[in-house]
Amino acid sequence: MNQGIGARLLRKEDDRFLMGRGQYVGDLKLPGMQEVAFLRSPQAHASIKAVRVPAKLRDRVFSAADLAAVAPIRADTALPGFKSSVQPVLAQGKVRYVGELIAMCIAGTRAEAEDMAGEIELELEPMPAVTDMLAARKADSALVHEVWGDNLFLSTLTEVDFEAVLKKATLAVTRELKTSRQAMSPLEGRAVLAHWNSRLGQLEVMSSTQQPHIVRSGLAECLGIDEGQIRVVAPDVGGGFGYKGILLPEEVALAWATRRLGVPLRWIEDRREGLAANANCREHHYLITAYADRDGRLLALDCEASVDAGAYSAYPFSACLEAGQIGSILPGLYDFAHYRCRTYSVATNKPPILPYRGVARTGVCFALEVTLDALARALGIEPTSLRLNSLVRPEQMPFDNISKRHFDSGDYPQALRRAMAAIDLDAVRLRQKQATLDGRRLGVGFAMYSEQAGHGTSVYAAWGIPFVPGHEQCFARFTPDGALELRIGAHSHGQGLETTLSQVAHSILGVPHDRIRLVHGDTAATPYSTGTWGSRSMIMSGGAVAAACDQLALRLINIGAALLQAKVSDVRLHEGFITGPGGRIAIQEVARSYYRRPQDLPADVDPGGLEVTAGYKAMRDTGTFSYAAHAALVAVDPGTGEVEILDYVVVEDGGVLVNPMIVDGQICGGTAQGIGTALYEEMAYDKQGQPLASTLSDYLLPGPAEVPEIRILHMETASPYTRFGQKGLGEGGAIAPPAAITNAINDALAELGAELLISPITPRRIAEAVAQAQRMAARKAP
Amino acid sequence: MKAARFDYVRPTSLAEALVLIAEAPDAKVLAGGQTLGPMLNLRLAQPPLLIDIARLAELAEVAEDQDGVTLGATITHAAIEDGRVTDPTAGFLSQVAAGIGYRAVRTRGTIGGSLAHADPAADWLVALAALGAELNLAGLDGRRRVALSGFVEGAMQTVLRSNELITGVWLGKFSSAARFGYHKICRKVGEFADAIGAAAYDPERGVRRLAVSTLAGAPLLLEARLDTPAAVPEVSHLEGELHQAGFTGDAYETRLRAVALQRATIAMVGR
Repeated sequence: MNQGIGARLLRKEDDRFLMGRGQYVGDLKLPGMQEVAFLRSPQAHASIKAVRVPAKLRDRVFSAADLAAVAPIRADTALPGFKSSVQPVLAQGKVRYVGELIAMCIAGTRAEAEDMAGEIELELEPMPAVTDMLAARKADSALVHEVWGDNLFLSTLTEVDFEAVLKKATLAVTRELKTSRQAMSPLEGRAVLAHWNSRLGQLEVMSSTQQPHIVRSGLAECLGIDEGQIRVVAPDVGGGFGYKGILLPEEVALAWATRRLGVPLRWIEDRREGLAANANCREHHYLITAYADRDGRLLALDCEASVDAGAYSAYPFSACLEAGQIGSILPGLYDFAHYRCRTYSVATNKPPILPYRGVARTGVCFALEVTLDALARALGIEPTSLRLNSLVRPEQMPFDNISKRHFDSGDYPQALRRAMAAIDLDAVRLRQKQATLDGRRLGVGFAMYSEQAGHGTSVYAAWGIPFVPGHEQCFARFTPDGALELRIGAHSHGQGLETTLSQVAHSILGVPHDRIRLVHGDTAATPYSTGTWGSRSMIMSGGAVAAACDQLALRLINIGAALLQAKVSDVRLHEGFITGPGGRIAIQEVARSYYRRPQDLPADVDPGGLEVTAGYKAMRDTGTFSYAAHAALVAVDPGTGEVEILDYVVVEDGGVLVNPMIVDGQICGGTAQGIGTALYEEMAYDKQGQPLASTLSDYLLPGPAEVPEIRILHMETASPYTRFGQKGLGEGGAIAPPAAITNAINDALAELGAELLISPITPRRIAEAVAQAQRMAARKAP
Repeated sequence: MKAARFDYVRPTSLAEALVLIAEAPDAKVLAGGQTLGPMLNLRLAQPPLLIDIARLAELAEVAEDQDGVTLGATITHAAIEDGRVTDPTAGFLSQVAAGIGYRAVRTRGTIGGSLAHADPAADWLVALAALGAELNLAGLDGRRRVALSGFVEGAMQTVLRSNELITGVWLGKFSSAARFGYHKICRKVGEFADAIGAAAYDPERGVRRLAVSTLAGAPLLLEARLDTPAAVPEVSHLEGELHQAGFTGDAYETRLRAVALQRATIAMVGR
């Protein structure tokens, strides 16, 4: 039975994760460890007049003045016109969002540390809060960063032969759409344990992070010490989704204070901090016009997009990761010739916007695909017909699209046709003509996207953010007993890399899985890596593991041939054995010989031994483009606005699937998060910039009862550029559901004249849209 | 967030509990802690003392008299859900209990605690109002019984005095012809309700009550024409009734309540 690439293996890590034997920062305790609580700003925008710490607490409470030697966090980009924000570790001069750190309080327990925070006297002078990204763009707006003169981190323009379409198009529709601010909600929040190892002269930081090496670089920059003086360990991490890819000011503050105090310090983020002060994401606004010809083919897009980027540029991905990508992502999977897209990354008095699974794509897919359905309704054709007329065709692959994205492979129309068949579009159309259940209305919606993954140097060099990914490395070695150890700098926190990278190594070397161990999450034990982000690990770490195993295979063959007394050209490595004309030898025996009986080795043995560090970069580093068609069938109660998802289909092409079972898990998990974006999650702020949700009873996440069974169909078009034809696909599930579900709801309500254009689509928004449509209809009626 | 410092005491008898409560008017009474626990952790409640009554045997009893049944205040939702206590509604209480929060909440949360907290979105408030329940209150000055309909004065405000405890919930017996219906509209399973409707009809006892949750206070009781069980009221009719009864929410909030009442009536008719 195949146990390598393509096998549906149970995950190695399930044993500890499912049996409660994982080890998270919250499980770690060091002798003398103290707990940290932060005093956070109660106001969104205010100048700090005084932070008065009672004398008895002066040695355990620290504010900006104490951290004078610590550099602020800066995440600049090289994009022309970018304005830099300087994020002090503890607020200095003024506060720019509710929840910004003002002071750190250190005590034996978290409760006592919170008591201390309550004793600090804070004098703030309120300033007008900037809370609406559109108003923030106007000249009379208050300023988040006065020195800028406006509130724009960056604006961009992408334009390709746009004006010409105005002569050609027969129909255009314009829509204004908005995706609400959200908060990422991994089961485990952020957590940091920092201590100074005086023997090694090294700061050790245990952090719930996806990017231990990037955290190390960021800490070194802020603290002004060598990276070699810092070791970052990421133990088990209870979900990342992008939120664990950020250098937090909390990490810097603890790293500074542990050295000063000489005791280990720990901060465990609570849900309130995560929701209201830290894990914000996704807030987009679009004004978009789509043009079509009379044959129902998309001709052009014209878009003005704004992203509420919050107060600071988060390290390392910057404040422009979302808006800066919209121009290149918006064209979707479609082939058209005229395009214009302006984007604005707007600073506001809200927490910095952070990358969340799917990053800009979830909002872009929502804006584009919902607008396409509106265009199809205006044309009087099926939305699927508009798409089939306009998608890039398989014979055009590889395809350079209008925004210069290089689609590597795939059959987009086929994915859509399979989704139409699976949801049974024709049958749905028939059912819609019959009386509906309980007065509810039936609707079907589709959405498509592609997910650029594993994109590397050529893409990120142009961005110029604090890191640019180059080659990815794996250090691989055989131990003297013939077991295989793989060390990578990326991190696995739910992706199943301990299993899938083992499958890669097994495919090449034939070592059984129980003798392959993946080491990750420790800068002291692994090669440098920019970490796990952008759905890159299966491509990059997978490629690096394969490259290292290839080199080990050559060395095994060389030694094995000598032990078999055969010519190197006459032996081969197959299923864990070196096989020659006269016999075979297990690679465990080869390893044992190498370490324990060097006297048996050939004279030309590679002196590097059975340890290698090998690097990998895809043949083309513009990324793989996995893609999918999602289809949703919903029942909508127009009176109450209740929505039930009756069926949900995902047709996904992620290239060669290393472990289809893990892929299905990724798609299900992502889709559940996408359902949250579509129907539930909203991190609202009032006009003063106060967060309106601070617990999970105000911020609704979908639970098991809200997520239907996801039906997944796979296509497997190999990427021509990666080692095994694999494509990154970890984020895709979270991209399309808001668009597909909104399209289904709008389909259900089309006869009533109601259309929903703001996510999440709450019951109240539906009921009010229906009521509004009814009022309009009544006014029109004679 | 972690709770601020507080003292904790667990009396061993109701009498002792009543003395403690009388002596410490700022104390909070802890039963299942499903609301108080989070409030403590968020530091929204910072009482100097918690008086834990969850293990008082006297408050966990079920007593039957000629006219009705009294459920002790510290009986958990789960005990009612599982049918571990006498149910004078032949299963309706169990059905309501099963829809409260999540099982973990039901395992610890108590019927008396829920009523004392008086969250307008609480299940028991609406369901028991429809059933015409009465509450037994006790203090050092003596005992009294109040109708649930007069117990709640506003959101999280009741006639319970600072030196009083709810000791039990009394429900009259229903005839075998009685029927009940319940419907809760909420964004997701286990969350606080956006609207709750409850219906009770017992022709032999002259009971024909509809109860509906409000935004900031006691449930509203509507006297409904349920004589013909098949007559399910129209939503628009119920919206009118709600306005007449003094409901002040906006159009959507009114609509949700009318729908919840209609569905509760449908559920009742279907039984």
